[in-house]
Amino acid sequence: MKNSYIGQAWLVLSLSLVFGGLLAGVQAALGPKIEENKRNETYDQIPDLVTLRNLETGEVLVRADAGKTVEIVTDDGKVAYKVFSADDKHIGWIIKGAGSGFAGRIELLIGLTADASRVLGMYVLDQKETPALGDNIKESEFRDRFHDRWTEAPLEVVRTITGTAAANDILAVTGATVSSESVCKIVNKAVDEFKCWLDARTSAHGDPADQTGPEED
Amino acid sequence: MPNDGPTPLERFINGILPENPVYRQLLGMCPTLAVTGNMKAAMTMSAAVAFVLVCANLITSLIRNLLRPHLRILVFTLTIAAFVTIVDRVLAAYAYQMSKELGPYVPLIIVNCIIICRCEVCASKQPPLTALSDAVGQSLGFALALASIATIREVLGAGTWFGLPVLAEGWWPAWGIMVLPPGAFITLGALLGVVNRVSSLRSGKPAAAAN
Repeated sequence: MKNSYIGQAWLVLSLSLVFGGLLAGVQAALGPKIEENKRNETYDQIPDLVTLRNLETGEVLVRADAGKTVEIVTDDGKVAYKVFSADDKHIGWIIKGAGSGFAGRIELLIGLTADASRVLGMYVLDQKETPALGDNIKESEFRDRFHDRWTEAPLEVVRTITGTAAANDILAVTGATVSSESVCKIVNKAVDEFKCWLDARTSAHGDPADQTGPEED
Repeated sequence: MPNDGPTPLERFINGILPENPVYRQLLGMCPTLAVTGNMKAAMTMSAAVAFVLVCANLITSLIRNLLRPHLRILVFTLTIAAFVTIVDRVLAAYAYQMSKELGPYVPLIIVNCIIICRCEVCASKQPPLTALSDAVGQSLGFALALASIATIREVLGAGTWFGLPVLAEGWWPAWGIMVLPPGAFITLGALLGVVNRVSSLRSGKPAAAAN
């Protein structure tokens, strides 16, 4: 017994069970508070994530009013935020995306137009990427590369841009191609799933408020 | 088990200056360089490390007679990882902005050599009271080192201390480099030089021999 695997590892196994239970308890106690903090942060980001700009000049046409946001639960249990302008016009959505990065889980907020045809912005809610390399995905220099991207084709990461960039090319963070690719994958997956849900919803209800107004472009 | 080795008081005092984890042992360099740009981040990191160190040392000391030599590092890491995760969740719940500012450096406490070193050197060999005073002493030493670096970097780099203005704006041109990574290396190098010089003067030996 003393030299069997169990005989040697019983302490590690017991400690794992005790610590696992302890962490489950901590998560159960603090999880709701952490989610509330993330929700407050999401609301802070709403005006920046859903800003309609003139596609040629970049001039800001209309910004979202966070106070008028409505939370909607999609079919697969995810929360989407239906975003309105100050004059009560439905101008976009904010959806959440999550997946694995280089070092851990990455959670994103993605701003979309009302018909989900374009990504308006991206914000990193949580990440544990390599300091000074991968964690640059949270800086505006990288996040701004997601402004006004059409969602017809999936976004693709490129390491360098020579000549004219394709419409769906996202320039990677230097030294952090894996983190950049992870972000793009998460955005593509979240947008695809959301578009499926939105298409089904629009064909079922024919909700005219989900159509993007003509004045934004 | 015979209780030889340093007493609790010796362990406590040694941790603060004579065996300071940063200035004398050169351990924990990652947080020392990365989160000393301002005092708030440095003190939050010190508190997080103190909590993990105290808990890990106590648990390790309590189970020291059950440890198998070839599995001890696994047990240390498991214990440390559990308490680091608790700190990470508590910060995310009650100090959300600080948790975001510290980012991956909180989970990185798991690989902070100071903690695993204290488990190995002290807690796995001595009773809980000695392990506790060792953890408190080393935590104070670590906090003192981080505070000294963060004070210099924040005051010279931003003209503030804990966010409060201490150098009049206009009179002091904030040295932006001090809050950037190069400032961390410059400050740590300068302070290490001062500490070595002082200790060599006190011992009456040349600086090189003192180490």
